[in-house]
Amino acid sequence: MTDTPVIGVLALQGDVREHLVALAAADAVARPVRRPEELDEVDGLVIPGGESTTISKLAVLFGVMEPLRARVRDGLPVYGTCAGMIMLADKILDPRSGQETVGGIDMIVRRNAFGRQNESFEAAVDLAGVPGEPVEGVFIRAPWVESVGAAAEVLAEHEGHIVAVRQGNALATSFHPELTGDHRVHRLFADMVRANRETES
Amino acid sequence: MSSTLSENQAPETGTARVKRGMAEQLKGGVIMDVVTPEQAKIAEDAGAVAVMALERVPADIRKDGGVARMSDPDMIEGIIGAVSIPVMAKSRIGHFVEAQVLQSLGVDYIDESEVLTPADEVNHSDKFAFTTPFVCGATNLGEALRRIAEGAAMIRSKGEAGTGNVVEAVRHLRQIKNEIARLRGFDNNELYAAAKDLRAPYELVKEVSELGRLPVVLFSAGGVATPADAALMRQLGAEGVFVGSGIFKSGDPAKRAAAIVKATTFYDDPKIIADASRNLGEAMVGINCDTLPETERYANRGW
Repeated sequence: MTDTPVIGVLALQGDVREHLVALAAADAVARPVRRPEELDEVDGLVIPGGESTTISKLAVLFGVMEPLRARVRDGLPVYGTCAGMIMLADKILDPRSGQETVGGIDMIVRRNAFGRQNESFEAAVDLAGVPGEPVEGVFIRAPWVESVGAAAEVLAEHEGHIVAVRQGNALATSFHPELTGDHRVHRLFADMVRANRETES
Repeated sequence: MSSTLSENQAPETGTARVKRGMAEQLKGGVIMDVVTPEQAKIAEDAGAVAVMALERVPADIRKDGGVARMSDPDMIEGIIGAVSIPVMAKSRIGHFVEAQVLQSLGVDYIDESEVLTPADEVNHSDKFAFTTPFVCGATNLGEALRRIAEGAAMIRSKGEAGTGNVVEAVRHLRQIKNEIARLRGFDNNELYAAAKDLRAPYELVKEVSELGRLPVVLFSAGGVATPADAALMRQLGAEGVFVGSGIFKSGDPAKRAAAIVKATTFYDDPKIIADASRNLGEAMVGINCDTLPETERYANRGW
């Protein structure tokens, strides 16, 4: 086993390329994942931003949803941004009919909570686990977290709303670090993947 | 303390990153033309990443003739209320008041579109003046960069909307990709001349030369009618597709919509495209673009 973790990006729809670039910059081997067998080959997975309803439907349709749930239950490190955060929520407050999630974080998420595109914004965010300057938060039709269970740790808030959460090996942010060129959050996730590999080996 | 920084800085809306970033979230997806809330729901259920709300699909605009304008605000609001995915709407080229109205309605993206009758034969709208991001059509790289210079946050091929014929979209996408590929090898001296040839700002030409792609998301539009059409556009380098008349002018819209979504995600897997192409019912009839009179070619609109 080499030192470099292999981290997949769920590539059914969304800003996949930006995550691949950010992960490579965080010293991981990054590759797109669309099929169940591709999922078997990664040490960690990013669920990108995109349309959560579309990603959810395609994941079910192409048989990725169940294997992904199983691996997350077994402790696969996962990181979701925006739509990816919704996918990692155990519960969506206002799901569209038939919208399923992978789950993994005991939280209730409200979709498009910060509003439509005209309300999309940038703001500095203090993120626990990322020392130094605040990260640049790019919020695009972003969700927020209504509430978290006892096992989930709140990493950041914006104007009183929870926008970053971690539970065990699962990490989620309402915003998009992959759009900023600041790779500290991806480095944090890559470290989670490395630490997990060490406990497994 | 860094926490005071986040509290003291007001959140900023309408930034280039927020506008362009919105289009990044649509990548790999299908944006569908819809004319009613019911159609919008069918599109959302089929896995569309966004819908384009308009009164008539391009095929009907062609058939009806006359002046095509922005849609009725009631109709746009009805669609916004029906779905949770982003809603786009079209303004006429250069009709910045239609664009102001669309922004006030809360649409997520404005398409300054050649499918509607142009309101200005010289100028496009100043898209930096808006919080709502814009997508614009282009037939070549120079046109794409002029639109980006005016503030467009997303580019699509024009194709020839409402024909069900993909030939023009292929031509435009190939043209844009070829011109980008050519710029890759240019040195600085050549980039100044290229900017002049392209009638585009030097800074943007230089950026494209360095990136090897547009600085914004590039989709395909105009004439996509089948799953294979959508996959073709993606294999040619489009990051997603708009489907206009192709879905709701076909025999079984829900099935065709879902099939085009599948083929767009697995654009490089012929087995999945084959499965998606089975038993879709009738495709829209279509028009041969070479029999279209010059005055009916929408792609010629825009400057």
